[in-house]
Amino acid sequence: MAKGFCHSCCGIEFMGTMGSHYDLGRFGAERVGFSPRQCDLMMVMGTIAKKMGPVVKQVYLQMAEPRWVMAVGACASSGGIFDTYSVLQGIDQVIPVDVYVPGCPPRPEAIIDGLLRIQDLVGKESLRRREGEHYKALLESYGIQ
Amino acid sequence: MPLTNETIKARVTEKFGEQLTGFEEPYGMLTFEAPKEMNLKVLNFLYDDEELKFRFLTDITGVHYPDKPGRELVVVYHLHNMVDNVRIRLKVFTNINQPDIYTVTGLFSAANWMERETYDFLGVNFVGHPNLKRILNVEEMDYHPLRKEFPLEDQTRIDKDDEMFGRG
Repeated sequence: MAKGFCHSCCGIEFMGTMGSHYDLGRFGAERVGFSPRQCDLMMVMGTIAKKMGPVVKQVYLQMAEPRWVMAVGACASSGGIFDTYSVLQGIDQVIPVDVYVPGCPPRPEAIIDGLLRIQDLVGKESLRRREGEHYKALLESYGIQ
Repeated sequence: MPLTNETIKARVTEKFGEQLTGFEEPYGMLTFEAPKEMNLKVLNFLYDDEELKFRFLTDITGVHYPDKPGRELVVVYHLHNMVDNVRIRLKVFTNINQPDIYTVTGLFSAANWMERETYDFLGVNFVGHPNLKRILNVEEMDYHPLRKEFPLEDQTRIDKDDEMFGRG
C-alpha cells in the first residue's frame, strides 16, 4: 500500500499510472492509502519547498516499520530545475530514500519500474532490516530513532 | 467628472507641494514617490479624501536597487479606487543601512501579511508592525533572499559542480 505525496507534474503522471491505462494495480499496488499509518511505501512526487521538509519527515515518521520511500522525479530526488533558496535540494536531506525515479516528469513506465524495484527490495532484504546496524546508523544520521 | 491622473496629481500636489516627486505614468498608471517618513500621511490623505477615495490596498511590494546609493530599497504601494476604478502606485525609497518605514497596518489591515512578506524577502523594517516575522520562508533563514547580493542558487549544495552545468 502506497502513500502518495503528490503536488506537481509528477503527481499527475502518477495519477495516469494509477488509472486504467497503465494500471498500477496489476503490480499489487491497487490501493493508495491516505493515512500514512496504514502504508508501507511513501512516494514523494513533486517539488518539496524547504518549508515542507518537516512535513515530509513527519509523514515518514507516522508510517510504521517496515517502510520504504521512493523519490519520484527530478525535484524530489535533487531539487530539479529549482536550484533556489526556497526549495529542498532532494528529499534525502530529510528522510532516507530507497529508490529514485529519474525524469521530469517520469513516464508512467518509469514509475512502474521504480515500484518494481521497491518490490525487489521488499522481497530480497532481510525481514529484520530495522535491527541492522547499517539501517540504525542511517536513521541516526537523519535524527530519527 | 472622471478621476483622471491629472486630477489626482493636482490634488496631491495641492496638499503636499514639492514633497511628492517622480511623477510618471508607465502604461497609464500614475506613479509617484513620497519621502519615507511621509508614507502614512500620504496614504491617509489618499484614503480620506472625498475625491480620491483610494481605499483598497492591492499590494505592497519591494525592490532592491543596489546601484542607487542612499535609496537602495523601495517599498511600492498599489492602491485602488473601487468607486471610479482607478489605480495608482506610491513608491517610498529608503537607505539599506536603516530600512525603517512606518507600518500602514493601522490604515489597511491587509498590509499586515504584505509587510511581513516584504520584510521576509527584502528586510524592510516596518516600524510599529504588530507581528513582524517571516511569513513565506523557513524561520531559520538568516538573510533576505531578494536582496541582490545573495545568489539565487542554494549555497548549501556541494554536489552541483559548475563544470557539469557549463559555467565552470
